[in-house]
Amino acid sequence: MTQAPPSSKPAGRRKAELDPRFTSYKGVFVFIEHNAGAIHPVSFELLGEGRKLADKLGVELAGVVLAESDGAAEAFCAEAFFHGADLCYSATHPALAHYRNQPYTQTLTDIVNRHQPEILLLGATTMGRDLAGSVATTLQTGLTADCTGLAIDPDNRSLAATRPTFGGTLLCTILTLNYRPQMATVRPRVMGLPERDTSRHGRIIAEHPDLIEQDIVTKLLEFIPDERRDEANLAFADIIVAGGRGLKRPDNFRLVWDLADALGAEVGATRPVVQAGWVTADRQIGQSGKTVRPKLYIAAGISGAVQHRVGMEGADVIVAINPDPDAPIFDFATYGIVANAMQILPAMTAAFRQHTAAMKKAV
Amino acid sequence: MHILVCIKQVPDSAQIRVHPVTNTIMRQGVPAIVNPYDLVALEEALRLKDRTSARVTVLTMGPPQAESALRKALSFGADEAILLTDRAFAGADTLATSYALAAAIRKIRDDMPVDLVFTGKQTIDGDTAQVGPGIATRLGMQLLTYVSRIDRVDLERGEITVQRRAEGGVQVLRTRLPAVITVLEGINEMRFATMPDMFRAARYGLTVWDREAAGIGDVTKIGLKGSPTVVSRVFAPTPRAQKAEIIQTQSEQPDDLVATLLAKMFTKHPPLRAAICPRAVQRT
Ligand SMILES: Cc1cc2nc3c(=O)[nH]c(=O)nc-3n(C[C@H](O)[C@H](O)[C@H](O)COP(=O)(O)OP(=O)(O)OC[C@H]3O[C@@H](n4cnc5c(N)ncnc54)[C@H](O)[C@@H]3O)c2cc1C
Repeated sequence: MTQAPPSSKPAGRRKAELDPRFTSYKGVFVFIEHNAGAIHPVSFELLGEGRKLADKLGVELAGVVLAESDGAAEAFCAEAFFHGADLCYSATHPALAHYRNQPYTQTLTDIVNRHQPEILLLGATTMGRDLAGSVATTLQTGLTADCTGLAIDPDNRSLAATRPTFGGTLLCTILTLNYRPQMATVRPRVMGLPERDTSRHGRIIAEHPDLIEQDIVTKLLEFIPDERRDEANLAFADIIVAGGRGLKRPDNFRLVWDLADALGAEVGATRPVVQAGWVTADRQIGQSGKTVRPKLYIAAGISGAVQHRVGMEGADVIVAINPDPDAPIFDFATYGIVANAMQILPAMTAAFRQHTAAMKKAV
Repeated sequence: MHILVCIKQVPDSAQIRVHPVTNTIMRQGVPAIVNPYDLVALEEALRLKDRTSARVTVLTMGPPQAESALRKALSFGADEAILLTDRAFAGADTLATSYALAAAIRKIRDDMPVDLVFTGKQTIDGDTAQVGPGIATRLGMQLLTYVSRIDRVDLERGEITVQRRAEGGVQVLRTRLPAVITVLEGINEMRFATMPDMFRAARYGLTVWDREAAGIGDVTKIGLKGSPTVVSRVFAPTPRAQKAEIIQTQSEQPDDLVATLLAKMFTKHPPLRAAICPRAVQRT
């Protein structure tokens, strides 16, 4: 009985007058997430998308920055302006140095109550989903999680948030009609990045969070950074070579790595391959893995199940290698080679190596 | 120590198909399973039980058939099981779900204090990951999501130390009990049910609470009425306009197929030419 099992609710529309206490709620807010001094790219994607929503509604787009010091916050606000924000709410306090649920929930909830946005967007990251769940419950408003599409419903100016359900088998569009703000978390890499325009400026509104470290129950003892930053590489790779169960044996996966090296590509995989331990879990692409948007996605031995498809169909060009002409992947790939991947992959590696050698000579 | 594990019965989404004409879910014959992420939470609770002789209670909200999910949990070694079921709960979104679960947890607490509430990372049908945070907020408990390891539980001091998956690394956090923990996937493997536990699970007299028994008076907070979100449209992902162009050559030799592919691809998608820059890096 969580959000959106399609049969549990009428798919019709509840006609609704907005409660008078919410009519003053205006504007689109984007929570600016940052880690280790850098803004998470999903926040830029949200600013790009938030800009479109704000323009459609004829309202302002605000970034919400929570940081440890004014210096750090200013840099984040500037980036938010470059990516489309009109203004930023900047809350600074030493207790906000790293993410913890309690002080972040309290600070963001206070900002929302004071400045009353109609829409509040966060990235569907471990931070965003933790924070959004607590803030929405505190505010007693609706929250649509892990969205892949946002739009304004023309009938009632509501946020129409679309998200996959049942592991991506279906999509559903969800409205929050009678409560404000309308909250959504959005999956990283689904929306495109907006242009960065360094001539843009905006107003900074300083917030003074009422926090006392002694009152914050949870303490951070240590932060252990990931050794390998594969995650970022995969999500932002221009080219990805991915392998599936059709490669049959773990040593055949070597062919995927070889082609990736020839292309300067990242390596991805389907869930069964990850579960079999052929590659690490951070390389899983799909519903329960990463979403990617490369220029080129080469899928070898992958059937194209919907749970995989949702993570990679944003690729510009998809090349599928599969001996089964009826494999679902051919329904949405750009090019298909109906053949054995164990023969095609080495041929591709050789061909691309030739191609780049020729390019180099030409320069 | 008393650990409460919230679980949910879900349709096995790997087996769900969409009707090609009506675009509706074909549920017939799709087996109901315990949300796999919740089993990770249950196993983590059972490991704490092994170490500290904690008591483990499982709680689920769902239709009467969700009983089988509870019996499954009992067969793995949970001590008690409570089914929260009432038609008034139907159609709940995450806000209404956490309201009902929090009410039930308050009631459980009256009998025996709860030190930890465990949930899975998210469900495989709703995928929201919001019910855990909702419960914590409503009960005023500390919230630790995406926990990958429980380092230490210090009952005397009433503290717990965990590792939490964050962006770019792992946070080691210490907080005060009681706390709500959502457990990251893949951090353990569910044990096998033992024969004695299976027998016990089959015979166990479940506690079944309806709305009133759970102490919920305000019907506007639960089910469809208590849900601020409304599903306005359900649809199948649009198929791409075009199917793949299948590369064919007379010889069907790998080299020819690949040469044809590259020629087509570079002509139609010129930016790809420049995107390719091979790497000399050694991978381990
Ligand atoms: C809740 C849930 C979440 C999930 N999340 C994900 C996810 O995030 N990511 C994900 O990928 N999956 C996910 N799945 C699993 C998904 O449903 C599929 O099972 C999975 O994507 C299939 O992987 P595959 O294509 O590698 O294997 P298969 O479906 O077994 O396909 C193998 C393919 O290889 C082809 N093949 C056989 N021989 C050869 C050969 N010699 N050369 C080339 N091809 C060959 C076959 O024709 C077949 O099409 C999820 C499932 C569930 C239920």
